[in-house]
Amino acid sequence: MTIQHYIFLAVALFSIGVIGVLTRRNIIIIFMCIELMLNAVNLLLVAFSKMHHLAAAAVDATTQAGIDGQLFVFFIMVVAAAEVSVGLAIIVMMYRNTHSVDVNFLNRLKH
Amino acid sequence: MSITHLLFWFLTVLALGSALMVIFSKNPVHSILWLIATFFAISGHYILLNAQFLAIVNIIVYAGAIMVLFLFVVMLMNLNSASIPLKNKWLGFAGVISGGSLLLVLTAALKDTEIMRNDVMMKTGDIGLIHNLGLVLFKDYVLPFEISSVLFLSAMVGAVVIGKKD
Repeated sequence: MTIQHYIFLAVALFSIGVIGVLTRRNIIIIFMCIELMLNAVNLLLVAFSKMHHLAAAAVDATTQAGIDGQLFVFFIMVVAAAEVSVGLAIIVMMYRNTHSVDVNFLNRLKH
Repeated sequence: MSITHLLFWFLTVLALGSALMVIFSKNPVHSILWLIATFFAISGHYILLNAQFLAIVNIIVYAGAIMVLFLFVVMLMNLNSASIPLKNKWLGFAGVISGGSLLLVLTAALKDTEIMRNDVMMKTGDIGLIHNLGLVLFKDYVLPFEISSVLFLSAMVGAVVIGKKD
């Protein structure tokens, strides 16, 4: 496969995530669409890593070029896990105050 | 058409279809289950690229931990679709137009670039194996790795502080 397949797949996944953020009003689904966009970027990073590795391996068979991209994906997953735990705590807190997960009711930043 | 191509297209259709079902499902629990299907499809793509460590971590962390957290929160809140009031139809329409424009612009901008015809190494290459990734992680990236533990600690403290009652 060429890199353009992966680029278009990642762009489509990212756009689906953007559409979800813009159209849905349930804050949990908006949060899930953010995760979807993060995963689209992760997939593209891995594909670019393998593309870079293929180009470098043609010159030197024992090279490890491209491994940084996969470690970057690992750190993105780490940050996403921390983000989700804090974000869901905030959502539970807001639900306790307003008894709703509709973002239109949460646009005042005060009680 | 080789087996790799068939698997690629199957996983692509699965990922895009379940991603669409995530945003078009009415029930939040169904959205979460479709998102898990999307994550499994993306993990399949990682395996196809021979990034085995990331495939396993994606399943364990995303499909295993994060989505279970989402499911717990949704089920604790006892959401039923009747509580969501009627939404403005034009707002959804405008959102789809905006996202479609983003897709169109990115596709048109990237379509003719030089890099697009580069091949991607499929099924071979050992940079995705846990041995090589672990060596690089603990040699070159040991400082970010340790800092991420501080990040996790602060996230844990933050979640507990925010989540407890007053």
